Amino acid sequence: MNSAHRQGKLRLQKWYTATAERDKKKMVRELMQTVLARKPKMCSFLEWRDLKIVYKRYASLYFCCAIEEQDNELITLEVIHRFVELLDKYFGSVCELDIIFNFEKAYFILDEFLMGGEIQDTSKKSVLKAIEQADLLQEVTWTPGVTSM
Amino acid sequence: MPAPIRLRELIRTIRTARTQAEEREMIQKECAAIRSSFREEDNTYRCRNVAKLLYMHMLGYPAHFGQLECLKLIASQKFTDKRIGYLGAMLLLDERQDVHLLMTNCIKNDLNHSTQYVQGLALCTLGCMGSSEMCRDLAGEVEKLLKTSNSYLRKKAALCAVHVIRKVPELMEMFLPATKNLLSEKNHGVLHTSVVLLTEMCERSPDMLAHFRKLVPQLVRILKNLIMSGYSPEHDVSGISDPFLQVRILRLLRILGKSDDDSSEAMNDILAQVATNTETSKNVGNAILYETVLTIMDIKSESGLRVLAINILGRFLLNNDKNIRYVALTSLLKTVQTDHNAVQRHRSTIVDCLKDLDVSIKRRAMELSFALVNGNNIRGMMKELLYFLDSCDPEFKADCASGVFLAAEKYAPSKRWHIDTIMRVLTTAGSYVRDDSVPNLIQLITNSVEMHAYTVQRLYKALLDDISQQPLVQVASWCIGEYGDLLVSGQCEEEEPIQVTEDEVLDVLEGLLVSNLSTPVTRGYALTAIMKLSTRFSSVNRIKKVVSIYGSSIDVELQQRAVEYNALFKKYDHMRPALLERMPIMEKTATNGPTEIVQTNGETEPSVVEAKHPPPVTQPANQANDLLDLLGGNDVVPVIQTTMPTKPASAGGELLDLLGDLSLSGAPAPAPAPSVPTSQPSFLLDGLSSQPLFNDIAAAGIPPMTAYSKNGLKIDFTFERANPNPNIAVITIHASNSTEADMTDFVFQAAVPKTFQLQLLSPSSNVVPALNQGTVTQVIRVLNLQKQQLRMRIKLTYTHKGSPVQDLAEVNNFPPQSWQ
Repeated sequence: MNSAHRQGKLRLQKWYTATAERDKKKMVRELMQTVLARKPKMCSFLEWRDLKIVYKRYASLYFCCAIEEQDNELITLEVIHRFVELLDKYFGSVCELDIIFNFEKAYFILDEFLMGGEIQDTSKKSVLKAIEQADLLQEVTWTPGVTSM
Repeated sequence: MPAPIRLRELIRTIRTARTQAEEREMIQKECAAIRSSFREEDNTYRCRNVAKLLYMHMLGYPAHFGQLECLKLIASQKFTDKRIGYLGAMLLLDERQDVHLLMTNCIKNDLNHSTQYVQGLALCTLGCMGSSEMCRDLAGEVEKLLKTSNSYLRKKAALCAVHVIRKVPELMEMFLPATKNLLSEKNHGVLHTSVVLLTEMCERSPDMLAHFRKLVPQLVRILKNLIMSGYSPEHDVSGISDPFLQVRILRLLRILGKSDDDSSEAMNDILAQVATNTETSKNVGNAILYETVLTIMDIKSESGLRVLAINILGRFLLNNDKNIRYVALTSLLKTVQTDHNAVQRHRSTIVDCLKDLDVSIKRRAMELSFALVNGNNIRGMMKELLYFLDSCDPEFKADCASGVFLAAEKYAPSKRWHIDTIMRVLTTAGSYVRDDSVPNLIQLITNSVEMHAYTVQRLYKALLDDISQQPLVQVASWCIGEYGDLLVSGQCEEEEPIQVTEDEVLDVLEGLLVSNLSTPVTRGYALTAIMKLSTRFSSVNRIKKVVSIYGSSIDVELQQRAVEYNALFKKYDHMRPALLERMPIMEKTATNGPTEIVQTNGETEPSVVEAKHPPPVTQPANQANDLLDLLGGNDVVPVIQTTMPTKPASAGGELLDLLGDLSLSGAPAPAPAPSVPTSQPSFLLDGLSSQPLFNDIAAAGIPPMTAYSKNGLKIDFTFERANPNPNIAVITIHASNSTEADMTDFVFQAAVPKTFQLQLLSPSSNVVPALNQGTVTQVIRVLNLQKQQLRMRIKLTYTHKGSPVQDLAEVNNFPPQSWQ
């Protein structure tokens, strides 16, 4: 799952299969080129290597998911949407800058929502509550003198 | 040392960089600072530094020196550290680095931590990137957590277990007890992840699958509750209750119901319910319907349900949302084999999708259209498909052209339609057709005897228009070479015959030879065509001139042909007519689809196909051999052994005696004079792979026999029928030697009664190795027009242990099938 800026800058990437760094870079580059070349009227699915790519554009960001042959593309669109909703709720009307400046938080949210490529919890409320609590825990355990990253 | 700059600060700074170089400089500076900070073992700011490193890593810069720091963070007691540490581990480490194993102990401790969020971090990391070693070590901990009552942890443990099973399938058994009451949970998170876990287990193990079948009623109940229950704000998506869970349950049901009648029976109702009640206005509803359709098609559902499913797909096809259309086409493609008729009903919608703007949809629609073509709709479908071929992107043309050819082959309503269709493809997408379409088309044309005049005329006209599409040009030149006489005589019945003179035809062919657009292969075709016309046209001198010019061509292929043709004009002019006669019908080797029924062509001889004709007895054998060697080139058919049979016939009288008059292959050229040396086809059918030009149908049950066995020499005969002529028996002799010494200078000769004709091809070698280490094989072809019982007299000569051996024998024990 990754999200990339319109001009091809990567904002987030999560790999659920072990891949060499060099290959990851190559794949991301290839994938980005393919997705960015798509015209607006085209459908959200494309075949790439032996995987299916589901992508959706939100403002200046493209969110892409690579799924396997037997997975349901339409529900993947919903998964992407759910993730964006979570970001939106957390940051309050999320925009790209939020994700840029708080990328580690975006990752935390993603890791609370998905694990190994599968949904952990289908309740928005539940996921957000867990993040909230974890954030609180983080607050409490800062080293004196250091209050933020 | 001043505190390292904050993460946000760094991000801001880097974003101000206006060039790549500037950015790189900033990054390098910061990396240096971070490195020294790491060296100082600074605990306070380690977290911050690693976070910055992760940011830079995301921009594409190397960050491997932070790997160990991540481990230190994970080991720290502070939650902040752990959070970043684990994130870093997931981003920077994977099982390829040995370093990752050092995490195992930390993770183990954290799995037992008192704070659930720490446990959660550990589970998450293990579940995303745990290697098989780590999984093996920690599976027990995961299993423990799977049984906890804390739903926050339980759901994560379930997904972690999925990962463990994927990495180490043998550990699956271990998780079985814990799955007992997973489905009785109320918490949707746990339910969802449990279903994923069960799915994973069932997919991997048939035993597990059988075991979990009993869960079907429970799953059905859960699904029912989801659908029937009222609005639940926590899990609602556009009015549908927990669609994610619904989809996962449907998928598990699919796996459980496949090939199992009882389970399928139990889920019929709920599937029908979901299919009919789900709201389809939003993507979410359609996602559920899609999964339902997939499930219905995969299990043993009753036909009413299947029709319902296909109708849903049909409705999808009409949906405005292109994603839905795409998904529908994909599914229909999967079901078209099994539910062909149901899918046919939606044919027109599918054909409309050919005009869609989206590439993926077009491709699917094309594949599906080809799958739906049948004898009834071929004309209509082909019109649409040809129109598509005209206007589609180049990436589609090759596949579309192949598809059109295949479909036309299978369902062509008439020969003329077939040829027209192929011509249309060649003229519109000529350069994209597959290489083997040229020989296939040639084969098709030879088979359609009555269409020859029409075909050659159309091809000629096409050539006049455009000589750039090589496959078309190749086929056209071949046809003109073969049927040029029909073209010039204006004999076309099917359409208005055109007036063409010999010179005009030769002009066109010569034009091909000189044109820059023609590939070397095409030029070869053109030259051969011109040569063939020397027997069909009267302007032989012109042809001679052309041929001699190319005798000094730079292109070796062309030169070789020209030189040989020249030789034909000079030394073997009397053979020319025979050699350049009409091609007999070619048998199609079944590449795809059934072999075509071969029609006998009135002009050519039905008996022997493509056999090399030995020259008339009057011809000195040596010259004949030279000629045949010249033309032999690199073809696959063995060179005829011409000298062998004739000599014994004249010299040794023994063979003649016992069977009365013998007729051997040296008979003067009477009826069976098909006379096209196989070299000719090897020029023309360059595109053909090295398939033998006569099709041997595997023995079809004619048992082999031992013809001779004496003094350690055994000769076995195996039989085949030569297609298309069942009157010819093809016998392969296998000579083996069980003595300790080789038999050298081995010569096998055979004679048959007058009513038969025999042709002996050259042996594989003339040494029969000792102790059965190998065999000498030789092919005999016997023409048995009168269907009499086959008898044969054989003569064997060889040298064994220094002394020459000679023996005669009669072979009478041919199995009846070989001559009936």
